[in-house]
Amino acid sequence: MELIKLRSIEKTYQMGDISVPVLRGISLSIQQGELLALTGSSGSGKSTLMNILGCLDRPTAGEYWLEGQETSTLSTDERALLRNRKLGFVFQSFNLLARTSAIDNVAMPLAYSAENLNDREARERAAEMLARVGLADRMDHYPSQLSGGQQQRVAIARALINRPPVLFADEPTGNLDSKTSEEVLQMFTRLNTEDGITIIMVTHDPQVAGHAKRVIRLHDGLILADAPAAGSSPKTSGDAS
Amino acid sequence: MRVYATARTAFKALRRNPMRAMLTTLGIVIGVGAVIAMMEIGAGASAALKKTIASMGANVLVIQPGTAASGGISFGAGSTTNLTPEDGQAILRECPAIHNATPMVRARTQVVYGNRNWVPNAIYGTTPAYLEVQNWSLLAEGEPFSERDVLNGNRVCLLGQTLVRELFEGASPVGKNIRIKNIAFRVIGVLSSKGANMMGMDQDDVILAPWTTVKYRVTGASLSTSNQSTDSTASTAVNTLSNLYPAIQGTLYPAQNSVQQTDNPMPVRFANIDYIMAAANNSGEISMAIEQITGVLRERHRIRPDDPDDFNIRDMSELTKTLSTTTALMTNLLLAVAMISLVVGGVGIMNIMLVSVTERTREIGLRMAVGARGSDILRQFLVEAVVLCLTGGAMGIVLGHGGSLLVRLLLHWPVETSPTAIIAAVLVSAGVGIIFGFYPAWKASRLDPIEALRYE
Repeated sequence: MELIKLRSIEKTYQMGDISVPVLRGISLSIQQGELLALTGSSGSGKSTLMNILGCLDRPTAGEYWLEGQETSTLSTDERALLRNRKLGFVFQSFNLLARTSAIDNVAMPLAYSAENLNDREARERAAEMLARVGLADRMDHYPSQLSGGQQQRVAIARALINRPPVLFADEPTGNLDSKTSEEVLQMFTRLNTEDGITIIMVTHDPQVAGHAKRVIRLHDGLILADAPAAGSSPKTSGDAS
Repeated sequence: MRVYATARTAFKALRRNPMRAMLTTLGIVIGVGAVIAMMEIGAGASAALKKTIASMGANVLVIQPGTAASGGISFGAGSTTNLTPEDGQAILRECPAIHNATPMVRARTQVVYGNRNWVPNAIYGTTPAYLEVQNWSLLAEGEPFSERDVLNGNRVCLLGQTLVRELFEGASPVGKNIRIKNIAFRVIGVLSSKGANMMGMDQDDVILAPWTTVKYRVTGASLSTSNQSTDSTASTAVNTLSNLYPAIQGTLYPAQNSVQQTDNPMPVRFANIDYIMAAANNSGEISMAIEQITGVLRERHRIRPDDPDDFNIRDMSELTKTLSTTTALMTNLLLAVAMISLVVGGVGIMNIMLVSVTERTREIGLRMAVGARGSDILRQFLVEAVVLCLTGGAMGIVLGHGGSLLVRLLLHWPVETSPTAIIAAVLVSAGVGIIFGFYPAWKASRLDPIEALRYE
């Protein structure tokens, strides 16, 4: 089933009088259950594309369909609701709330969800998510008491608390050593295969991209290559331009 | 549920940086504390001030008989003889706004002790209630005369300080006899010093005695003797050896002998008095008291609805005005101080909240990324500011109240607990939180999530 469909997405930043085109017409389609890596050198537009895919930003032109819903015309509040319900984010620098226990960090997005869970339900759900990322015994630890890999796993649990169909990861291993990077990437793979969550990673590290089933390479705001990663089972239907 | 969750989030956010939260609230704590302390000490001071001004006679009403006129010639205020001691009792009994009333008879004549003499400003014939009406109950020496002395017409008196100085040269007069118009009065007490009144009249230059004694023994004025227009209660029969000033008019008719007097008694309808002094419960009830007295006296004097009053009532409107303006001034002053300290506290809150928004830009970005709307962020920061202010307000109330208690215990200043000040302080501190918390919260809600997440 087609989860995401982009049609000639363009994004131009206005720097005073000069307009800087960052994305110059991206069209692609992502199926449910894909594990996808966006790569490219710095300045290629991969972060901008990720912001648009994550409904944090609006394209200057083009259409973006998420689960059959055209999002580029939504208001700020509507996009916030969409992010809460359908999208999860994992960042390079974890972005955990300091001096807040792991379980409270994980439960935080529930405060903005329309589900209106009560306290006990929220904690149960958060505990379940932490158990799923293997941190059932670290629930009441503060971020400063956790290792980098553990912090990133807390961040993943937080991203999954609202059970979104899509998970965005922006350089998820950028602040981790190779061993913990491997753990985090394996967790992504497991979430993808076991729970069918679509995962979109942004990375410039070929090693990381190697874990993806499909790699999209950007260059100067255009898709340079769109191919199944070496060693992965091919499951692509992207229309590279 | 939503509000509760937001409040809890705010508490958690504040607890993450307790030191900063403490310092931020300090402004409000001091502001509210100062307000409460000022209000309580100020209310005490204001009450004390009121009492002082009231002791000058602000609550006193003087009821005088009306004007007598004969052939178009008016004899001036107080020239009729229609006010009785029973009027005074009726006023006290029937006017709820009056808490004390006393009949007054005034005389002015020579007083003699040993080889010294003096003419006091006034010899007042009155009842013991006079001392309460005038807030003069504290005697320097001895004790006041009683109701029994009034009923019996006993020859006892209280001396003012000036008389003690003039007649006794400062020695204690208690137990001595002075002569007023050849009548011996035993001094049973000495009034405390009161100084001059607002017109500059020496208030210590008085003698107080039972009104019956003054009326019947000193002035001797009754219907048979008084011609109100020419009556001078000052003695014309000074105890002199030679009649140097024979200005006294001869009597028109030959003097009656005792048989004739018994045959033609002058009717004494009632004992008239010069005026009545009444004290209202407080300065706010003076106009009500005047209305009630008018009603009682018109009824007692059987005045028909269309006829004018045969008495008049004077109040100390100048003093009352002073009292109300002083109180208003005091209140406004306190309010101004309170407002300034709260504004200063509020600016402190705004300052820290702005810093807090900048510092937590990434957190705001993250919350937006996981689905917080602008209004969620606005509410979170607003609630944080209000929580800060309310906590500060609560601490301020404790601090201010404790401070004023300490002032009362250590300095013995009058202090009055004021619940209105406490309620106002809570409302104002919440208001300050909302007003000064709004701008930083609004700023936070307008952040772009991408920029905010990238913020270092």
